[in-house]
Amino acid sequence: MSTTTRKRLTTSAMIASFVDEGQRTTPAPFGHALSRLAEERPEVVGLTADLGKYTDMHVFAQAHPDRFFQMGMSEQLLLGAAAGMAEVGLVPFASTYSVFATRRAYDFLCLDAAEPGLNVNIVGGLPGLTTGYGPSHQATEDIAILRGMPGLTIVDPCDSVDIEQAVPALAEVSGPTYLRLLRGRVPTVLDEYDYTFEVGRAAELRTGRDVTLVSSGLMTMRALSAAERLAEHRVDVGVLHVPTIKPLDTEAVLRVGRSDRLVVTVENHSVVGGLGEAVASCLAFGGAARNLVPVALPDEFLAAGALPTLHDRYGLSTDRLVRRVLDALEV
Amino acid sequence: MTATQDVDRAAPAGPSFEDRVRRVADAAHRMRHHVLNMGEVQGQGYVGQALGVADVLAVMYRDQLRLRPADPHWDERDRFLLSIGHYAIALYAALAEAGVIPVEELETYGSDESRLPMSGMASYTPGMEISGGSLGHGLGVGVGMALGLRHRGVGSRVVNLLSDGELDEGSTWEAAMGAAHHRLGNLTAVVDMNALQADGPTAGVLAIEPVERKWEAFGWHTVRVDGNDVPALLRAFDGLAEVDADTPRVVICDTRIGSGVPLLETREKAHFMRIDEHEWQIARDQLDQGAQR
Repeated sequence: MSTTTRKRLTTSAMIASFVDEGQRTTPAPFGHALSRLAEERPEVVGLTADLGKYTDMHVFAQAHPDRFFQMGMSEQLLLGAAAGMAEVGLVPFASTYSVFATRRAYDFLCLDAAEPGLNVNIVGGLPGLTTGYGPSHQATEDIAILRGMPGLTIVDPCDSVDIEQAVPALAEVSGPTYLRLLRGRVPTVLDEYDYTFEVGRAAELRTGRDVTLVSSGLMTMRALSAAERLAEHRVDVGVLHVPTIKPLDTEAVLRVGRSDRLVVTVENHSVVGGLGEAVASCLAFGGAARNLVPVALPDEFLAAGALPTLHDRYGLSTDRLVRRVLDALEV
Repeated sequence: MTATQDVDRAAPAGPSFEDRVRRVADAAHRMRHHVLNMGEVQGQGYVGQALGVADVLAVMYRDQLRLRPADPHWDERDRFLLSIGHYAIALYAALAEAGVIPVEELETYGSDESRLPMSGMASYTPGMEISGGSLGHGLGVGVGMALGLRHRGVGSRVVNLLSDGELDEGSTWEAAMGAAHHRLGNLTAVVDMNALQADGPTAGVLAIEPVERKWEAFGWHTVRVDGNDVPALLRAFDGLAEVDADTPRVVICDTRIGSGVPLLETREKAHFMRIDEHEWQIARDQLDQGAQR
């Protein structure tokens, strides 16, 4: 019998932290940003489907109780009612988990909000692999589900800075939007860069002669860490952050695609139908087809477990990202 | 606030109850002609359902709804949501009767470039509030509109016409629960109980009775009425003025497919009724004979 007693990591709470050790964080950036926006715009309202506390909507509910609407665990009603509110001139933000907004209530988002082009803002918690609770809660294919919906703006923010700036920007978009929410203590990273969130615009956070990491969401944070580590290996790595998956900043993507650098797409989403494939089709359709290295979740239902374990297993950890780039360069 | 407005509606200073019945019945008769004419152009359509629901729509568009026909986007209008998109043929007839669209335009029904597509869509037709068709959407959108209007202090009513088949959809009951929870007295559901859905009689497809007890259990004020009896319909809708202003209300209307045209009333019931070329004139004649009786 083995005598090893190495302690295994355990699955933490539903919403596991992906904060790196010593990293700065900001509490509930979405809830606070929405509360601030509501002070300026009286038509802004908030709804949730029994997940206010888990999507930071509770911050808004406390700040503006008369503008918060609890719809119960009824996601079809959540999105239908949000559309009805937009029909009569309000600007709703409706929160639930990404899996429920996309898998369960797709028809309601599609026909009630997107087809009439209404200003309905969907806020989806637990995007990609941000919980260890298994496929019921891991929205690994939410972007794949939604990218085909005409007129929908899809935003995958990196950190608290992105979220704080995206909330008012999405309220300005006349049509429907989908925000992949990071909640709780959210890393604060992008304030160290000359960066402003703009809908539909990618941002070159750092330049590099050898490699460009084209990333979105929390993986931009990992891409920036990986770039630092790769510098130690004398690999010069740039990072193009693509917070808006749709409409894609095709100009910025084509510029990177036409360079002679190694291009690696990096996303917290299935390899099917997400940022990587959006970049690939953009390059192919734009006459700039080329090899790409995709760093993404596998096309599988993922395991349950501790988030650091899972990020390492499925290739999203900084260690795995660094290794993948070095392998691709055959260093 | 809402109740006061309902009283205003129910007791207009002008016409007597008999005058209102006549006005509505005349409108329903003309609407049935519109439906037959539109159906003939296409050679097919949801004519049976449209004839069945004509009295209900005539009550709404000639008696109950607060609308400005020339200004379909007037902010204080009542919202009438047709979640059953295939009933568009019936609503076009009502919109023409209400003066929202010209009667002459009805002949374009279902043609390319027409504002009157086979399935009702908001982006095509003035006065069409939502795009129906995917069933079980209207009541949820209605909940949001009713919440939003109340939040904004606008006294408009929201009315959703849904079919008995739509009661199969779980989303309808999510919305029913939400409406009662949020005490939406400004929301009225009208259920067209024609006892028929795509695969056959409703009772055989998915048993939905007892319908009244279901709505009552969900916290709604519930009325059931013969949906082809104009005086009974008017009394039912007038009676809503007495309902607690915090309670959503449903009027369950039992209607007869093909109502007003015996040829179609007695035909084997089909969701999508086939009518032969020579039968359209017979149908019109029967409609006029019925009206004279």
